[in-house]
Amino acid sequence: MLTRRIFLKSTGLALVSFGVAPKVLLRTAYAEGSRRRKTLVVVFQRGACDGLNVVVPYGEEAYRRLRPTIAIPAPGGGREAALDLDGFFGLHPALEPLLPLWKEGVLAAVQAVGSPDATRSHFDAQDFMESGTPGLKATEDGWLNRLVQSSPDSEATPFRAVAMTPTLPRILSGRAPAVAMANIRDFALRGGGDGMAARGFEQMYEGAVQDVLHGTGHETFEAMQFLKKTDPGRYQPAPGVEYPRGRYGDSLKQVAQLLKADVGVEVAFTDVGGWDHHAAEGGVEGQLAARLREFGPALAAFRRDLGDRMQDVVLVTMTEFGRTVRENGNRGTDHGHASFAFVLGGDVRGGRVHGRWPGLAPEKLYEGRDLAITTDFRDVLGEVLARHLGAQDLSRVFPGYGVSPSRFPGVMRA
Amino acid sequence: MSRLGALFNPGQAPWSKGIVRKNAASPSPRRAAALALSLAVAIPAVALASKKAPRPAAEEDAFIVHALNRLGYGPRPGDVERVRAIGLDKWIDEQLHPDRIPDPAVATHLASLRTIRLSTGDLLAHYEVPREAKREVQAKRAELGDNASEEQKREARREFMQKYRDQMDGTPQDVVQDLQSAKILRAVYSERQLDEVVADFWMNHFNVFAGKGPVKFMLGEYERDVVRPRAWGRFEDLLRATAESPAMLFYLDNWLSADPNAPASDRAPRGGFGRRPFGRRPWFMGGALRPPAPPAGPGPGPARKRGLNENYAREIMELHTLGVDGGYTQKDVTEVARCFTGWTMRNPRQGEPRFFFNERIHDRGDKVVLGHRIKGGGKNEGDEVIHLLATHPSTARFVSYKLARRFVSDEPPKALVDRAAETFRKTDGDIRAVVKAIVTSPEFASPAARAAKVKTPFEFVVSAARASGAEVDDARGLAGRLAAMGMPLYQQQPPTGYKDTADAWVSTSGLLARLNLALDLAAGQVRGVSVDAARLGPARSASDADAVAARLVPSGLSPSTRKTLESEAKGADPARIAGLILGSPEFQRR
Repeated sequence: MLTRRIFLKSTGLALVSFGVAPKVLLRTAYAEGSRRRKTLVVVFQRGACDGLNVVVPYGEEAYRRLRPTIAIPAPGGGREAALDLDGFFGLHPALEPLLPLWKEGVLAAVQAVGSPDATRSHFDAQDFMESGTPGLKATEDGWLNRLVQSSPDSEATPFRAVAMTPTLPRILSGRAPAVAMANIRDFALRGGGDGMAARGFEQMYEGAVQDVLHGTGHETFEAMQFLKKTDPGRYQPAPGVEYPRGRYGDSLKQVAQLLKADVGVEVAFTDVGGWDHHAAEGGVEGQLAARLREFGPALAAFRRDLGDRMQDVVLVTMTEFGRTVRENGNRGTDHGHASFAFVLGGDVRGGRVHGRWPGLAPEKLYEGRDLAITTDFRDVLGEVLARHLGAQDLSRVFPGYGVSPSRFPGVMRA
Repeated sequence: MSRLGALFNPGQAPWSKGIVRKNAASPSPRRAAALALSLAVAIPAVALASKKAPRPAAEEDAFIVHALNRLGYGPRPGDVERVRAIGLDKWIDEQLHPDRIPDPAVATHLASLRTIRLSTGDLLAHYEVPREAKREVQAKRAELGDNASEEQKREARREFMQKYRDQMDGTPQDVVQDLQSAKILRAVYSERQLDEVVADFWMNHFNVFAGKGPVKFMLGEYERDVVRPRAWGRFEDLLRATAESPAMLFYLDNWLSADPNAPASDRAPRGGFGRRPFGRRPWFMGGALRPPAPPAGPGPGPARKRGLNENYAREIMELHTLGVDGGYTQKDVTEVARCFTGWTMRNPRQGEPRFFFNERIHDRGDKVVLGHRIKGGGKNEGDEVIHLLATHPSTARFVSYKLARRFVSDEPPKALVDRAAETFRKTDGDIRAVVKAIVTSPEFASPAARAAKVKTPFEFVVSAARASGAEVDDARGLAGRLAAMGMPLYQQQPPTGYKDTADAWVSTSGLLARLNLALDLAAGQVRGVSVDAARLGPARSASDADAVAARLVPSGLSPSTRKTLESEAKGADPARIAGLILGSPEFQRR
């Protein structure tokens, strides 16, 4: 029977054997001299995170003026102020746990990054960022899935592409197999030890060849069996590392478990919601600060937990758009345009804010109200894919864009 | 040939998705074979079948199953026979008029849920954690400092909750659990199945999130008094009622939206200067009324500047009426937000929160919305916007499209959507007429629509409980399973609501959760739910997979599933067989 996986494998083989190995083949998915894979972790902040209060342009007078009650004060005021990064930008004080990573040089930020489509709809903007084709709604698969498609690998495990979410996100949907998993512990079939149920279900879904559930069934049983053998649940966080409570912290912890168990993860995805702060977003304290107190410590724990393995991992954050430069009437912000991204990893050019800062002067604002985009999100991702994963040709991952190194923001050490 | 094998003929697979059906109520192989034959003959005529020309019996039963799957949450044992006895067309007509259907079972099952009949004010007074408790928890946390472990923080919370528990009738969590239980129980037990589907559709269309501030205390009223009574009426009435509901006003922040140029005495002072003593603050900042407190924030804090908030203005156009491509601009969003300034409530956290138009924070300037000039006035501006949006052709189309997607297929035929939208326009947005146009359409009856929808987790869980004749004494176990499947009821944070299409719900994790629920449910391993194994199959042939299948999936199983049951379920008990069938690919569709 022709399963999706076999189909993929055989197309890959066919291309190679005819001597037309596609340029898009990842140059090397393995770190040199090691069996470890290079891994990309993507974290989506759903709800449009206010980048201006995360990577704070405190050096900009307009920032304070347009945000009279929610601006983060310039550094110098102790814990009630931004944590200085470079004399112009500062981190939100709730992100203090990220400062050591910044100083260590494994964490970088990109400001004024986003998707060029003008939409201010959460749904559409997330859709575009996940499909990787802003403005094009008809794109069927997600860019993370196309990345996997673009480098067929006969040695791939079921965990090559994994989302730590209860449902498969748009970014990972597509032809290449991908596992969605809310929780490693629950990823098993109950109902007696005789294996009858597992066998029965597996046969039923194998047999339902014309059904969309067929491929999912196949991936489910393959992943389940693989998981039983490797038991990533055995891998506990490194001593002293505590992930914040909640689904987001849990999911990063489990990504780390999978990485430490060497189950062949190349791309991992998780998301974290609650960034849509139309009211009571606040400044040093408020809704945003509360979310950042979960967001930052989880990233810090992830880095400490992985230790040396961070050499082989890059984690990128994304969010669908930024928020209005001017605060609204409720100590919050409305839907805007550009936002920010964090890039964390061993070969990241960390300790600096990348991207060209467009400024907040009235004539510099997008549609007169929002931070303008100076870095397309596909350039950040393109650079990570090319320089970390070794992808040679990204035209299949981001069709119609023409990713070019000349536009890379320089977040990776070349 | 075995009994199972004799019941179908793969060569005649009549509809897509590779699923072959057999007549539910015909255990005799000979009759079934004959029916399969008659089915194959009958299919081409289905789309044209009119009420006048009776459908052949087998097709009639297949259509009954389809109707039970779409106008409700799937058949219970005996439902097909009951509908057949009433007559399908008459049954559909009854379902379109739920007030004519007696529904005593629901009342019995909901009787033990203490909070679902209470008002928002009662819930706030007796189920919300007292302010002092929250303050004490915060103080304790501050005392513990940033270096406290998660365990210490949890302990501190437990300690204080214990102390205040005596003053409360229950916890906020109880309120949410009762809402979830009521929704599940209604879907499982109500005779007004279509009413449940339509109410669910609107609750999802006008989604609000229980996790945002006091919304969990407003949700009961929202569903009971705002949405359900208008679920079958004019769309515009429903839209206006949601616009004025405390739940929506709070969820999409409109209650906070004010004219930034309102006189200073009517706005809170600007942060930093012009600050007034608390006692002299305007009414809307005074007393206990405050903007939503951040979860771990500093409490009430100083008075705050208020101004325009675009949140509701955007979503009413994008999600409630026109659709994202319905032809509005950012400028329209801002103008609509200006029209809705002053649509607020006095106090969302105390007393009975009620809609209130505060003209003092209303932007009195003229506006232009979608090319229409709206003269500066008062509350009537918002009403005009609602009328404009409710009667806009994009709205007719968008709402009809969503309804057709729910009832027919993920990509509903354009002709059907066109006709439904036409009905919407002609009837001034009469919801009953639009639903009727869809469920009595040839596209609905078409074989292409059969089993075309993958069940959402909610549809799967409820249909499994119904199919197995489960007795649900306590629905919290099922609600917990739904949360694990990515569909925690009343807890969808984004205003888009839950997705209604297969791509959103087909995943490894989702499938595994379904398989486990299928096995656990059939084995009586879901808390609060019991299944009488004897009801799943006849007592004399308890291991007869065929009999169990006939009860659970009256529309029939595919050859591959039957083969699996034959080989894997030989001699197994009915519960195990039922578990396999409820987890089968066929049962994931409706």
